[in-house]
Amino acid sequence: MEMKKPIIKSIPYEEFKDNETLEALIKEINKERTNVVVGALDDLINWGRSNSLWSLTFATSCCGIEFMSVGAARYDFARFGFEVTRNSPRQADLIMVAGTITHKMAPVLKRLYDQMAEPKYVIAVGGCAISGGPFKGSYHVLNGVDKIIPVDVYIPGCPPRPEAILYGMMQLQRKVKIEKFFGGVNHKQKKEEQTDNYPLVITNVPQEITDKTEKEQ
Amino acid sequence: MNTTFIPLNEFRSQMETLRRDKGMDFLRDMIGMDWGEDGLGVIYLLENSATKENISVATRTTDRVAPAIPTVSDLWKIANIYEREVFDFFGIIFNGHPNLRRLFLRNDWVGYPLRKDYDESEAVNPVRMYSENNQNDCTYTLAEDGTIKQIPDTLFDNNEYVINIGPQHPATHGVLRFRLSLEGEFINKVDIHCGYIHRGIEKISEKYPYPQILALTDRLDYLSAHQNRHALCMCIEKAMGLEVTERTQYIRTIMDELQRIDSHLLFISCAAMDLGALTTFIYGFRDREKLLDIMEEVTGGRLIQNYNVIGGVQADITPGFAEKVKTFCKDILNKLNEYNDVFTNNIITRKRMLGIGVLSTEDVISYGCTGGTGRASGWSCDVRKRHPYALYDKVDFKEIIYNNGDCYDRFLVRIDEIKESVRIIEQLIDSIPEGEYKVKTKPIIRIPEGSYHAAVEGSRGEFGVFIESKGDKSPYRIKFRPMGLPLIASMETMLKGNKIADLMAIGATLDYVIPDIDR
Ligand code: SF4
Repeated sequence: MEMKKPIIKSIPYEEFKDNETLEALIKEINKERTNVVVGALDDLINWGRSNSLWSLTFATSCCGIEFMSVGAARYDFARFGFEVTRNSPRQADLIMVAGTITHKMAPVLKRLYDQMAEPKYVIAVGGCAISGGPFKGSYHVLNGVDKIIPVDVYIPGCPPRPEAILYGMMQLQRKVKIEKFFGGVNHKQKKEEQTDNYPLVITNVPQEITDKTEKEQ
Repeated sequence: MNTTFIPLNEFRSQMETLRRDKGMDFLRDMIGMDWGEDGLGVIYLLENSATKENISVATRTTDRVAPAIPTVSDLWKIANIYEREVFDFFGIIFNGHPNLRRLFLRNDWVGYPLRKDYDESEAVNPVRMYSENNQNDCTYTLAEDGTIKQIPDTLFDNNEYVINIGPQHPATHGVLRFRLSLEGEFINKVDIHCGYIHRGIEKISEKYPYPQILALTDRLDYLSAHQNRHALCMCIEKAMGLEVTERTQYIRTIMDELQRIDSHLLFISCAAMDLGALTTFIYGFRDREKLLDIMEEVTGGRLIQNYNVIGGVQADITPGFAEKVKTFCKDILNKLNEYNDVFTNNIITRKRMLGIGVLSTEDVISYGCTGGTGRASGWSCDVRKRHPYALYDKVDFKEIIYNNGDCYDRFLVRIDEIKESVRIIEQLIDSIPEGEYKVKTKPIIRIPEGSYHAAVEGSRGEFGVFIESKGDKSPYRIKFRPMGLPLIASMETMLKGNKIADLMAIGATLDYVIPDIDR
């Protein structure tokens, strides 16, 4: 069965920018075909997953306030199924990196990402998370979270407007819609995304253990 | 600004005289300085809280390898944290400080970033992806051979029960981290970690020309964006001897007050959310959106607005502005009653806030907790009254003072301040004079040699700007007085003996913004 275009009800397909990336993904997935039953199950699961994306409340600075606005009365992201925000990474599907990530915060962010259960997604909100933004020249700011974790959607702006955040989240929904859940290409942490390219966080190993492992080697 | 230099050997005794005999009980700010050839030192801005008299004194040492200055942390409580900050940025040792260690940067950070000879290259300080080892609590002192030495110092005993809150925790309003030692449910000892959002704004500013620095102030405390920028513009204008027009003053004052309402609305919403009242959160944001609409129409931005510029404001107000503001003002007063009904007078709110987290008047002055927190403890600390700027000496408004100093009073102060802000706006909105909204300035802005200071009342306290200029187009040193640092410093006093659940109420009503603390 072929993977179909990611369609979101009520917004025409053409109104989305960047359909090419998604279509390329679809092509990649369609290379290995699956049978109708599995494909139909995939569709069902993806429908459910894309409409109940739970995000981790992870806001470090200004962009976080706009994220809160998106959650509140006027913009109300509950309309799209994002209303549950989780405070524990174990229960979250996606991490919205809203705000500047500094050197001191970088290992914490990486650790939160590692703690999340698969499949997991990352949205970089605002100039700071994308490239360091206004603080690019600083000695203590990480120039882009994609240096330490893989990013699915970038939402530019300083801060992005709530509409932009919603648009970005819908782009992520569309991305989720075209994934295969049973085998095939899923958003599992791919080989190239793993330790070799992104450093692993090892925290507070007591001295005795380090000594012991060194001896064993 | 005239600064008196005190030689190092007399420094300690003179500071004691100032504190004890001259009544300089409010340490407004402590500014670490690197004067290059002349050595490293610190400028202290002091104020007498009764007479509002201000002085600034400084001291310095020429030793760059192991600079040392006597501590004043026993005279002003806030000096404890400020001295750690100066140590962090300049590597100055404060002799006699109880526990001198870095405040913002990691323990394994190499070098002192605000020194002029700091090496910024990636190779020296790469992004370290391993967590800091907190078992290594330490103190820095001078060794006998005159070098800086790190000695281990355990803050918490092995048999203490220590829990960690943050940096990723919904109730810390951003990335702040506490370590608490508990005795059952009661808090015994607190250690606060900052620096998770330290962006090095003061260092970047030394590279940027003045108009570019303006953009960074909005992002310090994004809920007092206008006021922060107002302070910096005022400081630069003062230094250049630039007079802004009457119209500008009106617009700036009105925008400052709108921003204050915006911030207080967000405060009410978030304080309520922290205590579990989600309805108030939704209400607060609903009304805040109306205000944001007005701001957006004038400035073009919702949160970060980049409105004040040197010599005026970015763009003139829009035609319907006055009408819209008046409608909003009328509306918000009714809405306040609504909040009071659902939240303020609620029995749960009262139980969780009344008598919790009490700060005495002496404590708030010694810690320098300005803004709503100071005023809830009976300290009249409003910069708008103490050192009036813009139009604040022309309008009639009351400084809201409560005396219990608990969470509930801190909450009420903000509610009442919204009403006062509305009063100020209503006095000004109909009489905005015609004229230019911006005076012409030279394309390249240089300010004459010297040091300058300006302060405004931000949404959560006194926001000060200190500039030292050598006559260039960027400052030699710029220092922002964080509004939040004194607030979190005072938490230790408040938390001791309270239950761990009170941490949420206390944190919520202190109303700090972390990027402003860490800068
Ligand atoms: S992108 Fe802009 S608004 Fe967002 S966190 Fe960075 S500075 Fe703040």
